[in-house]
Amino acid sequence: MIRPQDLLCPKPQGLYCPPGDFYIDPTRPVARAVITHGHADHARAGHGAVLATAETLDIMGERYGAGFAQSMQAAAYGEAVPRDDVEITLVPAGHVLGSAQAVVRWKGLTIVVSGDYKRRRDPTCPPFEPVPCDVFITEATFGLPVFRHPDDKAEIARLLRSVAQFPERSHLVGAYALGKAQRIIRLLREAGWDKAIYVHGALERLNALYEKHGVDLGPLEPATSTKKHDFTGQIIIAPPSATQDRWSRRFPDPVTAFASGWMQVRARARQRGVELPLVISDHADWDELTSTVDELRPGELWITHGREEALARWAELHGIPARPLALVGYEEEDDG
Amino acid sequence: MRAFAELLDRLSLTASRNAKLTLVRDYLRETPDPDRGWALAALTGDLSFDAAKPAFIRKAVEERMDPQLFWWSYDYVGDLAETVALVWPARPGANREPQFSEVVDDLRGATRAEVQRLIEGWLDALQPTGRWALLKLMTGGLRVGLTARLAKRAAADIGATPVDVAEVEEIWHALRPPYEDLFAWLEGRAYRPSSDNPGRFRPAMLAQAIDEAVDFGKLDPADYAAEWKWDGIRVQAVNEGGVRRLYTRTGDDISKSFPDVVGALTAEGVIDGELLVMRDGKVASFADLQQRLNRKTVDAKALANFPAAIRAYDLLAEGPEDTRVLSFAERRRCLEAFVAQEQSPRIDLSPMQPFASWIELAALRAQPPGGDPQIAEGLMLKRWDSIYQAGRPRGPWFKWKRDPMLIDAVLMYAQRGHGKRSSFYSDYTFGVWTTDDAGARVLTPVGKAYFGFTDEELKQIDRFVRDQTIERFGPVRSVTAEPNKGLVFEVAFEGLQRSTRHKSGVAMRFPRINRIRWDKPPGEADEMATLELMLTRMEGR
Repeated sequence: MIRPQDLLCPKPQGLYCPPGDFYIDPTRPVARAVITHGHADHARAGHGAVLATAETLDIMGERYGAGFAQSMQAAAYGEAVPRDDVEITLVPAGHVLGSAQAVVRWKGLTIVVSGDYKRRRDPTCPPFEPVPCDVFITEATFGLPVFRHPDDKAEIARLLRSVAQFPERSHLVGAYALGKAQRIIRLLREAGWDKAIYVHGALERLNALYEKHGVDLGPLEPATSTKKHDFTGQIIIAPPSATQDRWSRRFPDPVTAFASGWMQVRARARQRGVELPLVISDHADWDELTSTVDELRPGELWITHGREEALARWAELHGIPARPLALVGYEEEDDG
Repeated sequence: MRAFAELLDRLSLTASRNAKLTLVRDYLRETPDPDRGWALAALTGDLSFDAAKPAFIRKAVEERMDPQLFWWSYDYVGDLAETVALVWPARPGANREPQFSEVVDDLRGATRAEVQRLIEGWLDALQPTGRWALLKLMTGGLRVGLTARLAKRAAADIGATPVDVAEVEEIWHALRPPYEDLFAWLEGRAYRPSSDNPGRFRPAMLAQAIDEAVDFGKLDPADYAAEWKWDGIRVQAVNEGGVRRLYTRTGDDISKSFPDVVGALTAEGVIDGELLVMRDGKVASFADLQQRLNRKTVDAKALANFPAAIRAYDLLAEGPEDTRVLSFAERRRCLEAFVAQEQSPRIDLSPMQPFASWIELAALRAQPPGGDPQIAEGLMLKRWDSIYQAGRPRGPWFKWKRDPMLIDAVLMYAQRGHGKRSSFYSDYTFGVWTTDDAGARVLTPVGKAYFGFTDEELKQIDRFVRDQTIERFGPVRSVTAEPNKGLVFEVAFEGLQRSTRHKSGVAMRFPRINRIRWDKPPGEADEMATLELMLTRMEGR
């Protein structure tokens, strides 16, 4: 009798597959790794062999330099890759450019490791593809019923309305450098904002990488001008930490915005001194998590990082056996 | 409802006064009648519902979802209205979102049982922000950091030619929500609504701070009257056409909290004065007055222990006659006769303080009444020939505050500011030396200040905080504060009282940074004993 934990089990380094001898998103250097996406807490440098999508390998190369692992293998979405007795397929997760779920098959057993995912449209990456499975391993970053992300178009409309309402100020939008920043820029373009968007230096290389992979970001300018009045009426995108940093003093009386799922909770916005919270997330919200589980109806639900207990409770109430997987090392803050 | 919800949402996170004004002004410009009027009434506190108790809201949500999941959510968010707004499991087939005026109309005609059904239906129809705003309205108290005065100020700005907020305040108490006549006037579509409403508030006249170096050289002492600026709260007591009311200087009606004072008004007229706690003609401390402020109802005990009274400064109407057009000298004569006629221990006269020269006046300022530096905040100077003008005109009235109390304290914690200051550590907690249980000399925090320094000084302090950080707690940093290393502030404050809510047992009024003592070693800053001594001196008056 094959048990799911024989195929995948938690280890201190990360989620381990004994029959294929590889880890998925290990948090420490290992011999063989499968990487779901390029966020730093999932994609670390120093592994032996790395299997990921070409986009994710590109992102890792950009962040860590070309020699971030001893060998790299790119897998296209949907392409089955054998590892010993195990077959790995990467399918779109809809999280950021290159993000994938890892579908692991062995002796008739299928486990899907979602990585981070969302179910809404994202103009910078292909949408999440549901894959029928015996075990679904889901993230639960926003695994509480309070997290119901609104329509991202409406959030961008709020930003643009504020820009019109306060023409004498600048709007400084905190957005995670990989994925969120480029999605915000695309959404602004779709909403008709065709002026130059000013960007913090930390975003420049990833912006260029997105452009190389066919995401048109429109005119971008570095936010480095020394003349303060230059930024009046402008939108500036920067990593969240920079919006409260001394760096931000170059902008005239900025309206500080922050694009994140955490901004759903007013106290979070207040703590960070955010004047205009934009609830835009690259993670599944409560409704997306529960509807995905409902759609897949897996034999078992394993829950990784985030608020495991609430989602486990929900699954039990809906007749799906669920358990938290104690995996450490995934951040929950800035990439929301 | 959606636009109003969006407004509340932005206001709740906006610190800048100007930004708040813009948000409210734009909302009032863009929202049609009567919704904007109801919204303005909600913002000024003239419309509040007590339609739903928190317990009802909890019950309603727990009927629709797993109580355990609700509890985890509530535990995480911490605010009931916000939690329910976010988790509310809407039933499908809900109606369209209600307009603000529909909410008002429907609630007005509904029975208690119907109210609950109405609220549930609205929660189904609204988005999370709309639900949050609705629940705030239903449970009373918007608490978005906007004063009634600021809301009126924003209303005054909506037309092509903004009007003075005093003009709005003058007619405010004659108006009723949803204020269609007010908006018609502000937008230039109609004449100004009549202010002829017995018992209304008259916008207050305020004083400029005197610039000692400039003003005294230009002013003739013979032109001015002087009196103490008593340390209570400025009020207006109105008795007109059988209507008796007590207002704050911004026009908030506080009659309900002070039935003793309102009851003492017998002659028809309008007094401008200071509200104080007075026992046998003697003024008590501001702390005593605080026992009576911000209370919706008063009990017999509070009335007996903290008897309130008015010390009269001015007379704005006598019988049917508007006296504001008279000179201060003439009004003062009327006031003296008026107070004498009232014959009440709850209304007395703020005595004039004769003086012949500015030097004589300076000597008077250094000698506070009854030897108590706390009961008067300083002196008021009023031109004998000045009429009573709403607002803060330059010239006719000056205030000359007494010198503040000063201590040297050590910077202990710094917190990031808001808005323009969000990248600066601009809110400071400072402490003085004391001896702990083990006999060690340690700092104990005694207050917080966030202004009193220039932009250049702010940059320097910010640099100090970043360089000398010991620990971080979210937006707060603790900094080096040792006898030989640290930063000393000379802190100025207006008053001091005992407090059980502060660890040190004292609370300062209006503390600010007077000077930054880069030169002074923290070890030489003041001791707790210095503050104790200040307190004892005040109490032993």
